[in-house]
Amino acid sequence: MLEIRIHGRGGQGNVVAAYLLAGAAFEVGRHCQAFPAFGAERRGAPVTAFVRIADRLIRRRNQVRTPAFLIIQDDSLLHVPGVLDGLLPGGGVLVNSTETSESLSARLGVATASIPATALSTEILGRPMPNVALLAAFLTATGALPHEALDKALAHRFKGEVLERNRALMARAEASVPTGLWSIDVNERENHAAGA
Amino acid sequence: MRQALEGSQAIARAVALCRPGVVAAYPITPQTHIVEGISKLVADGVMDCELVSVESEFSAASVALGAAAAGSRAYTASSSQGIMLMSEVLYNIAGLRVPMVLTCANRAVGAPLSIWNDQQDSMAVRDAGWIQLYCADNQEAVDTTIQAFRIAEATELPVMVCVDGFVLTHTMEPIDLPDQTVVDAFLPPYRFARMLDPARPISLGTLVDPGWFTEARHSHHHALLKALPVIEQIDRDWQAATGRAAGGLLEVIGPADAPTAILCLGSVASTFTEVLEDHPPGDPVKLIKLRAFRPFPAEALRAACVGVKTLIVLERALSPGLGGIVSVEVQATLATVPDAPAVHGFAAGLGGRDMPVELLPDLLAAARAGRPGEFTIADVQLSKLPEEDR
Repeated sequence: MLEIRIHGRGGQGNVVAAYLLAGAAFEVGRHCQAFPAFGAERRGAPVTAFVRIADRLIRRRNQVRTPAFLIIQDDSLLHVPGVLDGLLPGGGVLVNSTETSESLSARLGVATASIPATALSTEILGRPMPNVALLAAFLTATGALPHEALDKALAHRFKGEVLERNRALMARAEASVPTGLWSIDVNERENHAAGA
Repeated sequence: MRQALEGSQAIARAVALCRPGVVAAYPITPQTHIVEGISKLVADGVMDCELVSVESEFSAASVALGAAAAGSRAYTASSSQGIMLMSEVLYNIAGLRVPMVLTCANRAVGAPLSIWNDQQDSMAVRDAGWIQLYCADNQEAVDTTIQAFRIAEATELPVMVCVDGFVLTHTMEPIDLPDQTVVDAFLPPYRFARMLDPARPISLGTLVDPGWFTEARHSHHHALLKALPVIEQIDRDWQAATGRAAGGLLEVIGPADAPTAILCLGSVASTFTEVLEDHPPGDPVKLIKLRAFRPFPAEALRAACVGVKTLIVLERALSPGLGGIVSVEVQATLATVPDAPAVHGFAAGLGGRDMPVELLPDLLAAARAGRPGEFTIADVQLSKLPEEDR
């Protein structure tokens, strides 16, 4: 089982990101689960969302404490205590930031990749909505799911020009991270998560 | 068809499949997405029903009561303080023996104010005379919602479907929504025998003096007890129609002869089912997943507890000054059984506190170290409290 934790702020499409990733997993026949943990219900407040992807039925409903990967939608959250907690050894952190991956990795002490998702989404969507760019980059970096899966999940949620712009954003984001940076096998993580 | 759906949207779609005539609701977190979903289905023309937006939960329940009394298939949903505000009407709906369905997106009751999940709200109205069914996952929530209308109509009693707020309502997962034809065959159009009809005038809700009140209560109590086999039969019928059961009155998961059992309600049963898959076989533990809380399935519980030496009851609510609600009822049910198990009562997960996979081994250890009959809040962090409150 692959467990991912997404950190963002209210209004950044955090829950949508989790639902899109789980929806993408569903599109390729995987078992999946996504759910949020809200704090205060307002824009700007830190929001956490969790995604599980597995090849067997997912019954556990507890929060993800030992994620294989973290997706951080806002680099100001890196200063919030607990955001990096529980990251599994060998895991990675994908951050929406203009700081370089090398600098972030050195500063945080964990393998970190960055993409300027706010700038990319502002340019292509016309507003700062980093979630789809981060998901596309996540799939490129990990190979966890094929890109077509995310494309299908997006097509369930968006139509027309919004969908096309998100597709363009996906393509740009995919080119922003090295392919296979953190290649993973979903089942290899099964034991990790089960023992957690 | 199997789809990846948010729990609330799946419940909204399940309600639509049941073709209610009237839905009345007032939004409250975490129930809101269910009602928004229904509202959109009505706006999109998918659902042909009268959707009444009201100014409070009291009105929501009252409109649903009026609609159901007039013979319509009626539905509402709420949570927490909303259930509290409805409570007077909930007693009336049940006491008038009017069939309808309510989804309780379970949430803590303030104060202190909390939007997060526990089951205090539905537990607070457990004596209102409704059937209460608790769901462990969103597939059960969909299947139980559809079954609930048939149970309500077969028993002329209202049914509350309890679904953990956020933990289920806001979780996206693969869910099989049955086809309309399957639901239509399972849930045919309904005619309420006592419906308000100008052609056959009757009174509903008249004053009942001491000469009859006791008999009305006796009759209501027995109607709930008689609902026990109906709930089981309707789940079997659903299984025949879809290949899927939703847990009957209760479901025993794990080795039948295990000397240790854990009884719980709601979504934590789903987590524990997975945890027990990896539990050491040398320490057999079974799960008793309680689905029907009202009527209370005493006979089924006694049967499930044969051979059990240690019974852990985990609940997500609290009766301050007493302790457990479910655990006390379980103890009372087992009191007259020879070789009754030692019951250890625990609450956990109050106000949305996460219930991790480690909770299960922690409960086993606490029960084995504790005294039978004791009640403990398993996940309280006493170090946060001043000395005198510990």
